[in-house]
Amino acid sequence: MKILLLMSSVPDTTSKINFTDGDTKFDENGIQWVINPHDEFALTKAMQLKEKHGAELVVLNVGTAKTEPVIRKVLAIGADRAVRIDVEPTDSYFTAVQIADYINKHPEFDLIMAGKESIDFNGGMVHGMAAEMTNKKFVNAVIGFEMKDGNTVEVSREIEGGKETIETTLPLVIGGQKGLVKEEELRIPNMRGIMMARKKPLEVLPAVEAEVRTKIEKFEKPPVKGSIKMIDKDNLDELIDLLHNEAKVI
Amino acid sequence: MSILIYAEKQNGKVSKGAKELASYARAYADKTGDQVVAVGFSLENPEELFQYGVNKVLNVTNDKLKDFNAFAYSHVIKEAVDKENSKMVLISSSNDSIYAGPIIAQYIDAGYVSNVISLPEDSDHFVVKRKVFTSKGIAYTAILTDKKLLRISKNSFGIAEKAVDGSVEEFNPPVDLSVYDEYKVVNVEKVTGKVPLTDADIIVSAGRGLKGPENWGMIEELADVLGAATACSKPVADLGWRPHQEHVGQTGKQVAPNLYIAVGISGAIQHLAGVNGSKYMVVINNDPEAPFFKAADYGIVGDAFEVVPKLIEKLKAYKANQ
Ligand SMILES: Cc1cc2nc3c(=O)[nH]c(=O)nc-3n(C[C@H](O)[C@H](O)[C@H](O)COP(=O)(O)OP(=O)(O)OC[C@H]3O[C@@H](n4cnc5c(N)ncnc54)[C@H](O)[C@@H]3O)c2cc1C
Repeated sequence: MKILLLMSSVPDTTSKINFTDGDTKFDENGIQWVINPHDEFALTKAMQLKEKHGAELVVLNVGTAKTEPVIRKVLAIGADRAVRIDVEPTDSYFTAVQIADYINKHPEFDLIMAGKESIDFNGGMVHGMAAEMTNKKFVNAVIGFEMKDGNTVEVSREIEGGKETIETTLPLVIGGQKGLVKEEELRIPNMRGIMMARKKPLEVLPAVEAEVRTKIEKFEKPPVKGSIKMIDKDNLDELIDLLHNEAKVI
Repeated sequence: MSILIYAEKQNGKVSKGAKELASYARAYADKTGDQVVAVGFSLENPEELFQYGVNKVLNVTNDKLKDFNAFAYSHVIKEAVDKENSKMVLISSSNDSIYAGPIIAQYIDAGYVSNVISLPEDSDHFVVKRKVFTSKGIAYTAILTDKKLLRISKNSFGIAEKAVDGSVEEFNPPVDLSVYDEYKVVNVEKVTGKVPLTDADIIVSAGRGLKGPENWGMIEELADVLGAATACSKPVADLGWRPHQEHVGQTGKQVAPNLYIAVGISGAIQHLAGVNGSKYMVVINNDPEAPFFKAADYGIVGDAFEVVPKLIEKLKAYKANQ
């Protein structure tokens, strides 16, 4: 089996988000970059599949050289090799075109795994577009994945208020999330992995042309909350009054 | 020209999300003079959408298309776009719509923007505001394509009644049903009779401050009194005290209710990222230094085990007097 992991490098979840250049750019000053948390679930599942069924695991990232430390981290966790498409991913469609181009040139992948969205731009669409562009089946918000006989797989996805289990076949694109593996199963690199990662191949490819479909013109921070009203714990009637008359939510 | 919405159903009826999309489309159509058209699948009450400004409902009645399939549904939506000459398509932020979004975008060659929180701005080109960095930022995003697909962030626009005269048309374009064979639903597990978390107007959420799963009775009771859904912080789900579906935050569900009540939750940045779209937030915490007090609207410093039962009694009395 061959597995392709689509991975994005994102600001660590504790990052303070600021904008620069007249609020037209994300301020990368002081930002720590990490594997997108939703991708981590896909990565761990990929490792489990590799260990159980034997597979080659390739990690693909669309990004400039600054994503390489995070790519190396994926290699340290256990991916066999990496491919980076050397370009700043400007929007989801553009990124999907790069990924689809790679997949179309390397049709050998049985399973293409990603996180359901990246926590920076929260688009939730790159992997779905890439699936469509490469004519592959696709399941999103995946919280369970098991191999059955031959090419058949059983995939569970989250639906409103529950889950749906689907029987489908490879090749397949999935968008993973929490639940795909248990939290405590998530892998972190160990020393040996880090040493080995240095020697694993990381191929850098040029980007292909793509139409610009959307463009961010400027950023702003969400409006700050007004100051909090403190209510004495022995005066809960005041809270009920505020919720009813001021907030009008009850 | 027209604006097309994908009107999802919930238990067979027009969903809350569909009403919000209709309200959004109506507000925009009042400026542009477009028609608002909805496409739905076996909707039992399509006429209800007229209340929210929909001029025409295309109701797919083919029984084989009753259950969601991202590829089949996206195909039908494309047919509707062609038939109605739609320049703008709106979808909600439910799991189904998030799943179908990129497929629809490809089928209709649209620029696609998610987590939209505003109507398009009045300008010489098409710009909407969307949430980015998991609600820690807002991006003004231009869509440069002729057709536009917007995924509206839940509860960011709200539902507004604006009745128009409408019509319902049966709509059954030819669809390749083999996609259902390649994607067979073998099991569905659904909690019934509960408000889905992401649709809830009020959420009562609790954290590690509750000490153990055995103490959730009062949280559920508080939720019951308020007609609310229950949620929890990440460690609570990780510890198995509550089901994973209740985990809210940066790596869990993003919620935006009218009222979010946080009990025994410290207010870590990753937690706040998933809940700070709430209109009002109440914090109950025994530590006056808890970061959540900086983000909330109303705060009570106190022991949850003392405050919550009292609050339940007070709310019951309040509800009884209404
Ligand atoms: C990559 C990453 C992603 C994350 N994603 C999320 C996420 O999506 N969602 C999320 O929630 N967290 C997330 N976290 C975890 C987050 O950093 C916090 O650890 C977590 O939110 C804390 O949960 P808590 O508030 O329930 O627990 P704690 O931080 O332990 O807080 C418990 C609170 O309860 C109060 N308390 C104790 N006893 C009482 C009492 N008797 N009465 C009243 N109050 C009491 C305490 O004062 C304290 O403020 C993430 C972390 C990382 C590293």
